[in-house]
Formats: sequence, structure tokens, C-alpha cells
Amino acid sequence: MKELVKKTGHELRGLLDKKEVTSVEVAKAFLGRIEEIDGELNCFLTVTADLALEQAKAADERITSGKAGPLTGIPVGLKDLLVTKGVRTTCASKILENFIPPYDGTAVAKLREAGAIFPGKLNMDEFAMGSSNENSAFGPVKNPWDLTRVPGGSSGGSAASVAACEVPMSLGSDTGGSIREPAAFCGIVGMKPSYGRVSRYGLIAFASSLDQIGPMARDVEDAAILFKAISGFDPRDSTSLNPPAFDLKKALNPDVKGLRIGVPKEYFVEGMDPEVESAVRKAIAQLKEMGAEVKEVSLPHTEYAVAVYYIIATAEASSNLARFDSVRFGMRVDGKDLIDTYRETRAAGFGMEVKRRIMLGTYALSAGYYDAYYRKAQRVRTLIARDFAEAFREVDVICTPVVPSVAFRHGEKIADPLQMYLSDIFTIPLNLAGLPGLSLPCGFTKEGMPIGLQMMAGFLQEETLFRAAYAYEQANDWRRIPALGEVK
Amino acid sequence: MKITAKEAGRVAELGRLKFSPEELETLASEMSNILDYVEKLGELDLEGVEPMSHVFGVMETRREREDEVRPGLSNDEALSNAPYPEEGCYRVAKVIDEGAGA
Repeated sequence: MKELVKKTGHELRGLLDKKEVTSVEVAKAFLGRIEEIDGELNCFLTVTADLALEQAKAADERITSGKAGPLTGIPVGLKDLLVTKGVRTTCASKILENFIPPYDGTAVAKLREAGAIFPGKLNMDEFAMGSSNENSAFGPVKNPWDLTRVPGGSSGGSAASVAACEVPMSLGSDTGGSIREPAAFCGIVGMKPSYGRVSRYGLIAFASSLDQIGPMARDVEDAAILFKAISGFDPRDSTSLNPPAFDLKKALNPDVKGLRIGVPKEYFVEGMDPEVESAVRKAIAQLKEMGAEVKEVSLPHTEYAVAVYYIIATAEASSNLARFDSVRFGMRVDGKDLIDTYRETRAAGFGMEVKRRIMLGTYALSAGYYDAYYRKAQRVRTLIARDFAEAFREVDVICTPVVPSVAFRHGEKIADPLQMYLSDIFTIPLNLAGLPGLSLPCGFTKEGMPIGLQMMAGFLQEETLFRAAYAYEQANDWRRIPALGEVK
Repeated sequence: MKITAKEAGRVAELGRLKFSPEELETLASEMSNILDYVEKLGELDLEGVEPMSHVFGVMETRREREDEVRPGLSNDEALSNAPYPEEGCYRVAKVIDEGAGA
């Protein structure tokens, strides 16, 4: 039975459809794995075993009646900023510690209708603000490859739980790299869709012009299946687009002959980990051998992306987080008057990184500084988006490292916010431009830490993105399971 | 850009946050560091570059639809997380200070 937890979603699909296992058995296997190892990893903020078993029973009936879809009976972990009807949703913040949403977000509702199973809600950096998952009010998540290291963030629980076989797949969200960076640090596949492709309804907002929900999985096929399941037009999100439906067949085509791959010199910087650089360069060389055309491209404004991001994202956050006013939901600490109640509540409810970003964003938007910071950052954002538009006239996919290093150690960067922010330099530009990108494993360091390869594509070109990733994955064998709590 | 603890205190008021004097010192220095880093945007010539507030034009998502009633949250559901619900409403603190006008 323990073998079950090593399977991907599409492998489980085969077993379920052939009636070799039931979804109740699948649910029990993963819940058992969570019970066994999550004390060490801290991936789950809430385990919903009863809900999962009830959904599994319904899934079994659906399979028997021949009405199963790709995700019927498959467990999917949910980052705890996706609101779930009747299930506590905390955003890893004390301010929402007891928040029970009265509705489902759209991505969650789509999975529920598809018959997926929800084993629980996953740990993250508070309000998705962080790159290490050390900013959770409910304790850090550990990297299953090395418990002294961070899993990445902010979707740290979503990444580590998939890597450690607690769930076959999960949803994360990516505002500046929060899916791709933890996917790279944990050795799994993580994908950030084009802005507007997945509804943000029911995603607790951090920076609304950047946030996207996306799939995390142990292989590219599962990521593509999960992406397809959650994408599509939603009238409840005013930024939702309605492009032609994602074509899974086109995406899962391992042929890269003639595919034009761009390599931007700005993403191979001095000071990056030589093992990361060498693994990524090897992957690009391999794609060339497989028939892709490789050429150098330039994204000249890359070095400005972090500065732009920490103005725009914090400005949007300061505005979005104004809703936590202790009136309609969330924690309340009574003060001497109304304003004081707001201040006392927010002082007690938000963690330091969230406060730091509200401060930065409030400052950038305040009278006298708006033009110098916010307006200027928006103009440089235009230049960054143009860089990509130029590059994607010449190539179909851009390949780079995800992060300049592998997973760092707990405590290593937490004391210096700027250093922590700079670790996102290769993931942030894509969010600013609104384009789709994906992180997948491309090797391991001598110390055994996974290395991620980032692929990026033009707006709404998810099929091309997945095709490149699938081709590379099929030609290699990087799917590994960490030794932690050895799956017997 | 050097931010003083006093300026940080003013921003904290605007952001409806509260800090100890020590926290304000630390924040002022961290914010100064980050804003120094952001100064690098000043290197660029932005003459004629339009600001980008969104990935695609806002008009792209403009949609006209029938004005029709659709189900939403019930009153009880909407109040289910309120710290002080009262008679089907959110109870809020007094907003108007009676002493104000004077």
C-alpha cells in the first residue's frame, strides 16, 4: 500500500480506472504518509482527513458509474491562501487564525467538481510574502532533501508536501516566484500561468497585478493536467481571460525539433552557484542535441526587476491588506478608539515581514513619493515587459536557472531582507511581464540538493512551454524521492 | 534615501500599524537600505515611457453583461466570521468623535 504514495496523479488515474485500487485506499495512503512524516516537515496547517475520505467515497462511486475525469479520486494539496468553504484558511497569519470562509475560490471549486480529494491546507510564508517559508506564523517548513534547509517560498508547504509524497500534487501561487523557487528547491515541477489564465477569485490577494495560482507536481504531465483543470474564464475575476482552451495533447509532445530556445546572458551572473550554472547549461545543450535551435537573447532590464517588484508588489499589498480592519473577519484587538483598534489589531495580527512590506508600500504610495517610486517603477515595468516581447519575436522558449543557488539554510538570509529579496532575481521579471513560466528538475548537486531549470514562454503560449518541459523531462530521469522517512 | 525613525512612525500611522521605538529604528534602517537599492531605477532614461499598471489593457477585460440577480452569500454567511455581529449587522466602533467639531 505504501507504494501508492510514490505514484503521480496520472499513474494513480490508471490504477483507479482499472479498479486496482479505490480512491478511499488512495486517500488513506496519503493521509497515513502525512501522519507519519509531517511532524518533521510542518507542511500542513490543517489536515482535513474526514473531508478527504468523504470525497474519496464519492469519487469511487463516480468511477464506478463511468463518470470519472482526470482528477477524480486524486488528492490535491491546497496552499492556505486559497479560500475553502467550511475549512479554515489562515494565509499562515495570526490575523486569520480562525477564519472559516463561507465560499470556495474558483480554482478550488473547479477541483471539487472534478472530484479531486482535499487532504488539507498547506503552510506558506504569511500572506505569500517570502522566499523561504520562514515567515509563517505557524512555524517554518523544512526541506525534505535536507531538514536544515528551507523549502523555498512562499509556496513552501505546497512544494515540500509534493516532494515528500504527502500529496501527488498541489496548488501554489506565484507573485514573484513563489511557485517556481520552492519547486526548484524541492526538486519538483511548478508552473506559473499567464496572468489572467487562472481565476484569482478566492485567492487572498497579495499583489493583484502579479498574483497567479498554479500547479505543483512530481512530473510535467501532472502539472499540465492540473493546470488544465483550474484554468479558464471566470466572470467573478475582472482580469480573467478567455483564450482557446489549453490543449493537453499539444502540450505533452516530446518533440522539440525546430523549437527556438533563447538563453539570456543576463541570467548567468557572477556569483551564482557553479553547480547550478553547469546543470542548466547542460540541460540547454541537451535540448539542442534533441533538435532545438539555441540562440543568445538579451533581457537588458533584468537587473532592475527586483527594485521594480519591491515597489509595485508592496504598494499593491499595502492597499490589499487594508481590508484586515477587524470588522468583518479576522482577529480583533480593541483599542481606545476606532483607529487605535485598527492599529492594535494589525500590530498583533501581522508578522514582521508583512508589516515591513505594508510600510514600504505605504511609503511608496504616500504624498510626495508617488512619482519618485511607484510611478517610476511602473515605467520600468514597461521596459521589462518590452524586453520579453522583443525576445519572444526571435525565440519560442527562454531557458534560465530558477534561482542563483540551491536551497539555503534556515536562518541564513532572514536577518537581511534585501539579500532575501535578491534571491528572486530570476523569477520576478516574468511576473512583471505577466508571462507563463515553469520550473523543473535538471540535476542534483554533489551534496544531493535538487537544481531547477526555468523555462519561460510568450503570453498564453502554455502549450509550447509544457512541450519544451515535457521533452526535456522525458529524455532524463530526475524524478527522485528524498530519503526522509523512507517510503517502504 | 535615509528614513528616520520619526518618518517611519508617520508611515506606520498611515498604514494603521503600531511599533515599539526599537522596532521603528530597525524598520527605518531596513527601509533605507531597500530604498537605496531602489535608487538604481534612477539610472534609466524613462522619457516617453508609459507606466504599466496592468499586464493587458484594462479595456481588454471590459465586458458588458445583462444586469441580472445572481446568488451571493446569505446574511448569516457574510456575518459568520465577524468578531462582533449584532442583529444581522457588523457592529463597528464609533466613527464620529462627539468632541471633534469643537
